[in-house]
Amino acid sequence: MSATVLATLSPALHSSVLAAPEPDTSHRTLTITLFAAFVAVTIGITIWASRQTRTAADYYAGGRSFSGFQNGLAIGGDYMSAASFLGIAGTIALYGYDGFLYSIGFLVAWLVALLLVAELMRNTGKYTMADVLSFRMRQAPVRTAASISTVVVSIFYLLAQMVGAGTLVALLLGITDTTAKNLVIGGVGALMIIYVVFGGMKGTTWVQIVKAVLLMGGAAVMTVWVLAKYGFNLSELLGSAAANSGKEGFLEPGLYYGKETADAATTLFSKLDFISLGLALVLGTAGLPHILIRFYTVPDSRTARKSVNWAIGIIGIFYLMTLVIGFGAAALLSQDEITSRNAAGNTAAPQLAEALGGQGTTLGAVMLSVIAAVAFATILAVVAGLTLASSASLAHDLYANVIRKGRATGAQEVRVGRIAAVVIGAVAIALAIPAQGLNVAFLVALAFAIAASANLPAILLSLFWKRFNTRGATWGIYGGLASALILLLFSPNVSGKPVNPATGKSPSLFSDPSVDFSWFPLDNPGLVSIPLGFFFAWLGTVTSKEWNQAKWAEMEVRSITGAHAEKSSKH
Amino acid sequence: MSRPRATLRSAVDEEGTVATGPRRDQDRDPDADRHTVDPPGPDPDWMAWQASEEFGRLRRALHRFILPTTIAFLSWYLLYVIMAAYARPFMDAQVFGTVNVGLIFGLLQFVSTFGIALAYSRYADRRLDPPATRMRHEIEGTTVGPAQGGRA
Repeated sequence: MSATVLATLSPALHSSVLAAPEPDTSHRTLTITLFAAFVAVTIGITIWASRQTRTAADYYAGGRSFSGFQNGLAIGGDYMSAASFLGIAGTIALYGYDGFLYSIGFLVAWLVALLLVAELMRNTGKYTMADVLSFRMRQAPVRTAASISTVVVSIFYLLAQMVGAGTLVALLLGITDTTAKNLVIGGVGALMIIYVVFGGMKGTTWVQIVKAVLLMGGAAVMTVWVLAKYGFNLSELLGSAAANSGKEGFLEPGLYYGKETADAATTLFSKLDFISLGLALVLGTAGLPHILIRFYTVPDSRTARKSVNWAIGIIGIFYLMTLVIGFGAAALLSQDEITSRNAAGNTAAPQLAEALGGQGTTLGAVMLSVIAAVAFATILAVVAGLTLASSASLAHDLYANVIRKGRATGAQEVRVGRIAAVVIGAVAIALAIPAQGLNVAFLVALAFAIAASANLPAILLSLFWKRFNTRGATWGIYGGLASALILLLFSPNVSGKPVNPATGKSPSLFSDPSVDFSWFPLDNPGLVSIPLGFFFAWLGTVTSKEWNQAKWAEMEVRSITGAHAEKSSKH
Repeated sequence: MSRPRATLRSAVDEEGTVATGPRRDQDRDPDADRHTVDPPGPDPDWMAWQASEEFGRLRRALHRFILPTTIAFLSWYLLYVIMAAYARPFMDAQVFGTVNVGLIFGLLQFVSTFGIALAYSRYADRRLDPPATRMRHEIEGTTVGPAQGGRA
């Protein structure tokens, strides 16, 4: 199931998307104008932020001076990707209830971050995830491992967003020309490099705050509008959505995830795959490096806690709104209208906006443009966060602490960080252009699976398990990383999905049905690779005698009391 | 054997010129890396702090909340996921209008998430922050070990 599941949630998936009929483009000028305005505002913010950025702590952690509410908004802006907005709304519009399952996993995941990670991490780390992982370990091996998994997770997530941006533009502006799409990807890449290189964490944070406000505002307008059409009666909205979709069981689980078929084994794997996805969603979030570094941007652990609480409120309300938007799209648009534009339903939200304003009317065109521009803003804010997280890890972990063995100055570290951001951005552009035909689902699945399998075990064990040591951390990271990658390589994502009778091709990465080297039956590796990540972390620990008791004492006392935590630059 | 750390640490941040990991930076002054001077300044006695009664109480108070709550919300979430996969007739049962058990179960996940976040905040404000702040001041202030520690 879930290549398709994830496919639906990624902005751009099937190559069939490209063959979609050219949409009405009367709104094009307005959309481009609104988007240009967003770019102008964010560039302005970046210039301002670059003047405020003097020290390494400014560049990497925004001077640690954001308030809880500001950081809560920025976390929302960093987290709510186009997959959340367009993907979940689209899945609900086409498959009803099952789209809702995804948003629940994405939200509940924040309790892991709130209770187990955010404050302890703020108290012990400085700029990166590896600061915490390597705190009581030998620096070079642990930082190297953490840096590799940070870059891998971020690059795959980045690719998914950038390929998504290209397709989104194609869908909403009616661009089908390959060169124009490559230019869009290049443009998105150039903007994210500018945000990060010049604005650092301060600029990136403000871009994310602006985006979060726009996204919440846009979603709120649509939600209230839809609800008003149904007299604020949820039952009536749902009934109308179910009737208009013409699908049996539209309001019940099972149209998409864990499908029941005549074949018992297929049904079993389909259901296990769904549980595996659920596990990766709830455990992956607290292992995403671009999310984790946001905890460093506030003055202390108490503010980190407040910011996660704000984020939970903002993200939760957002997902409740996508529920109304998705069912509203199902109620007000025909299924054919949605799928003719994008087979996976990714344009359902902008289409609904147009329908609410009135198709063919000025108001309709304005609504469509606004929501389309919000979707672009969403992608830009997320890619900036990802670029910052991965370049920070290259500069702070690999360069300053492994290569220079902690002897680099802050100025050198920032300079290398900026170079790393350009390199990461260039690599992402270079990879995203040929990756356009690729199944984005695969990339999103990789990012979540690796974050949950490689990063989370090491983070939790280093914070809570007294005995944990260097070998445990490196084996946990490499073991979880390798498990997730190997299982994905031999999963139906890559080869061996049953042939689609309509196209005569397999929906796998290798679309030639004669190529089939898959032996792992699930698309989502989490069910196996997350326990393996914990297992390798345990095995490495117990097979090594190394253990730094003094550093464990320091880490535990510091993490819980906040003593000697990095201070804010403003007092 | 101790020295006021807070002053030293903020100097590091404002200068921003020290770029070591958390492992060693509290042992250095802002110019340490540029001049390769390793200033003296022993760490607080972390092991004594860790073994102290006061810290033990705080750690127990933290773990008493977060560990059972984590087990509870993960089980509650997994129950929901497993029921969505395996208890379809139950999830499909209509409660009122077109609203079924599955939708209410899903919305309850939102309610429990918001509830736990609020409950943890209140618990932390009341039970965790005051002793943590007190200990932080003691550690960063003039006292070294927990036993002799006068209140800052």
